[in-house]
Amino acid sequence: MNTPLRKLATVMIVMFAALMLSATWVQFVKAPSLNADGRNVRGLYREYGNYRGPIIVGGEQVAWSEPVKDSFGYQRKYADGALYSAVTGFYSVVYGRTGIESTNNTVLNGSADSLFITRVQDLVTGKQQRGATVELTIDPAVQKAAAAALGAQKGAVVALDPRTGAILAMVTSPSFDPTLLAGHDTTAVNTAYQTLLHDPNDPLVNRAISGDTYPPGSIFKLVTAATALQSGRYQPDTLLPAPRELALPLTSTKIQNFGGESCSPNATLSLADALRISCNTSFAQLGLDLGDQALRDQARAFGFGQTLNIPLRVTASTFPDNLDAPHTAMSAIGQFEDRVTPLQVAMVASAIANQGVLMAPYLVATERSADLQVISRTTPSEFGRPISATTATQLRDMMLAVVRSGTGRSAAIAGVDVAGKTGTAEVPGAAPEAWFAAFAPASAPTVVVVVLVEQGGNLGNEATGGQVAAPIARAVIQAVLKK
Amino acid sequence: MATVTPHRLRAGRGIELALLVLALAIGIGAYALVGLNTRGRVPADIVGYSLGIAVIAFGLHLVLRWRAPYADPVILPTVVALNGLGLAMIYRLDIAEAARGHLEAFASRQLAWTALGGIFAAAVLIALRDHRTLRRYTYTAMIVGLGLVVLPLVPGIGTEINGARIWVHIGGNSLQPAEFAKLALAIFFAGYLVTNRDILALAGRKVLGLQLPRARDLGPILLVWVFSLGVLVFERDLGTSLLFFGLFVAMLYIATERASWVLIGLVLFAGGAALAARSFAHVGARFTIWLHALDPAVYNKSPGGSEQLVRGLFGMASGGLFGTGLGQGRPDLVPYAESDFIVSSLGEELGLTGLIAILTCYLVFSQRGLRTAVGVRDGFGKLLAGGLAFVVAFQCFVVVGGVTRLIPLTGLTMPFLAYGGSSLLANWVIVALLLRVSNDARRPFAAGVRVVENVPRGRPVPDGARAVPGSGATAEEMVYQPTEIVSGPIRKSRTPEPSGGEE
Repeated sequence: MNTPLRKLATVMIVMFAALMLSATWVQFVKAPSLNADGRNVRGLYREYGNYRGPIIVGGEQVAWSEPVKDSFGYQRKYADGALYSAVTGFYSVVYGRTGIESTNNTVLNGSADSLFITRVQDLVTGKQQRGATVELTIDPAVQKAAAAALGAQKGAVVALDPRTGAILAMVTSPSFDPTLLAGHDTTAVNTAYQTLLHDPNDPLVNRAISGDTYPPGSIFKLVTAATALQSGRYQPDTLLPAPRELALPLTSTKIQNFGGESCSPNATLSLADALRISCNTSFAQLGLDLGDQALRDQARAFGFGQTLNIPLRVTASTFPDNLDAPHTAMSAIGQFEDRVTPLQVAMVASAIANQGVLMAPYLVATERSADLQVISRTTPSEFGRPISATTATQLRDMMLAVVRSGTGRSAAIAGVDVAGKTGTAEVPGAAPEAWFAAFAPASAPTVVVVVLVEQGGNLGNEATGGQVAAPIARAVIQAVLKK
Repeated sequence: MATVTPHRLRAGRGIELALLVLALAIGIGAYALVGLNTRGRVPADIVGYSLGIAVIAFGLHLVLRWRAPYADPVILPTVVALNGLGLAMIYRLDIAEAARGHLEAFASRQLAWTALGGIFAAAVLIALRDHRTLRRYTYTAMIVGLGLVVLPLVPGIGTEINGARIWVHIGGNSLQPAEFAKLALAIFFAGYLVTNRDILALAGRKVLGLQLPRARDLGPILLVWVFSLGVLVFERDLGTSLLFFGLFVAMLYIATERASWVLIGLVLFAGGAALAARSFAHVGARFTIWLHALDPAVYNKSPGGSEQLVRGLFGMASGGLFGTGLGQGRPDLVPYAESDFIVSSLGEELGLTGLIAILTCYLVFSQRGLRTAVGVRDGFGKLLAGGLAFVVAFQCFVVVGGVTRLIPLTGLTMPFLAYGGSSLLANWVIVALLLRVSNDARRPFAAGVRVVENVPRGRPVPDGARAVPGSGATAEEMVYQPTEIVSGPIRKSRTPEPSGGEE
């Protein structure tokens, strides 16, 4: 019987060799494709199972991870979720990530290249990989004031520091609570997400930077005025025609002023006054005189046509190409196909406020490793110089007049010089979009605020930027200046 | 079987002790690592745990010194290492379950079962002084074995778990009687074949250079075949079916030395399984899962889809070459990670390297078992040891092959590693039997006889020789035993071995 026993021993060795080959096939040869398989939740669980760093606003955590007793290991939590969701985004087991949770994901989960040394230290000391902290530029007081002032109206508020580009507030309304999407009960998360997704008011959309872009209306007159002053052919006191109606060349269309009124009894206005009372016919004529290319170039200098990452992705604002004369006139007063984001308007105002120097807007102040060492700190950087310091000063003075005695009087604050510009963008078949852009204190501005209220907000068809949006801007400026 | 191969006379207990320390270090080290990696500290019960497993290991070592001093020194440490690794992994999975709020105590129960297994093994070693005694119970073993296999089909106590009806519930405990049945059947097959091997080995016609057995001798293999297919169809368990049939064919081959039996066995089983796969949906589903595991339609089918198998593959793939480290993977994502899929759990956390090391342990274990079979002098012992060594190796093959998609997945559990009392107890008894037989195989028998022959009357008989007559062998065997010893070319074969036992 020993011969078959010896042969059996050989058979066994062959059997085990087959097992070893088969294990090698699974764990080595096929491992990459198995690991990449969409049904393999391990990568997801590995990420969710690690401690994820918090997102900090004003020294307080607004998003953080807590250990829980389930298969994920950590639960993402949000404080004042609806207030900050436009910035933080959500972190969902089912729907992935948005907002800062997405753009700064590798830092938050600890896998970023910048955290390499920290990871090596953790490996040596045997600590689990820990995500880093992201500190935002958002000022909680300003954010809260903006959200409170906007209330339940649909719209957005952006506030930033024109000297640095640091974004102090970014509010969109209606908003959503990311806590609803961060749960580990996938059925509940699905239901919540579907509800938000099919809500006609689009609560998942960040209107400040990435919603549908909006017609700027009279806010665009800032760009047109800047173009005029930059051309050297116009000064604030240059007289412009101000007819009751402006017949556009090539068509039968006529441009009227707001409410069909006349801007001036003698049918002429200075550039400054035209801006102060937001005279359509004057600016339409100015647009015709300047030409579409000059307007387009000036708009591009302010950032139109560029997609930004702050690090959230900002939709590019547009000034249309190849315009004929009537459409140039329409575009000069912010109608036709001009489309902007509230942040883009804030950049225009910011350049004016900062003596012509446009600072790149940003949201992340610092990133700190788990042991609180700073791994990166955002240095303010210049986006460009779209206008000269002289033009900036001239525009500032013109905007001061808007608040003192023009369309933006409801933004005035006692003891503070507020510079502003209203906008009331006509939308065919719907209530107008109400705009207000402002900065203060005018002599040395520390804050730029842009408010957009969709479809007239609480005032509906009767709304103007001055009535609906300016008071909100005022509340935000007060929060920044603590007045 | 008439030849006796030479053995070293070194009993090997010292080596065993050293290897046991190593094996315990592996098991206890793994247990400590699990605690460190999951909770940042050594498990609170590390001392108690280490003492427990050490008492089992050293206790058995002492029993061996006492009752089977020449037993194979590698078998016990190999098993202790595997059992320890299994315990560590089960403890690790308990922690994963506790993290989601399910408090499981699989690890402490497994430790209790290990202790009981050790006690069973010790009892077998103490009570069974000579493995040949078992031959007397050949047909008792048959009845017990068949009874155990049929037990899950008895209404009331048999339960179906995950489609396979291989469990019985008695007094709140679940048992897998097939684990004990393989033991009983190995004894039965050994007893039956050692008696009838001459008839079964008789040659019939020669076809294509292969000596076929006579048609009338096909009875037993057909009977076992029908029985195995019955298990497959009625208990829906391909693994158990394959295990029993494979065991019989292997032992038939050892007994008759005829490869034709293996061929007949393979053809019969493949044909039967193919027929069953076509006729019975549940058997066919196993094959579909095997062949099309990653197909989304097969994956998403529930129940009866490939999700569990594929999750196991995902786990092993994420472990890669070196594994995630104990406690740092997610083996808990695989259903039955502590029992049917403990191999993929270990593959994930210890990597391909660790898995191959574990497979090597099993290979060493079964090779030592076969070495025992080669070394032992009686036919029954050869068949028993060969059968038991094969059945453990074959079970590994079926389990690991199933988990790695080499063959269709079955419901068997990995010996010594997987969670499960029946499996542990039965396999520890197998270890005891192999140790018992190996004691006989490695005893310096020839030397003992020579000493007896040369020693003048009245002188005390040395230990090694004294053990034989007193070992409870039947009269027949005692007569036949010496002839085997004397007949072989003992001295000739001894001389070439430099480390041989000649003083």
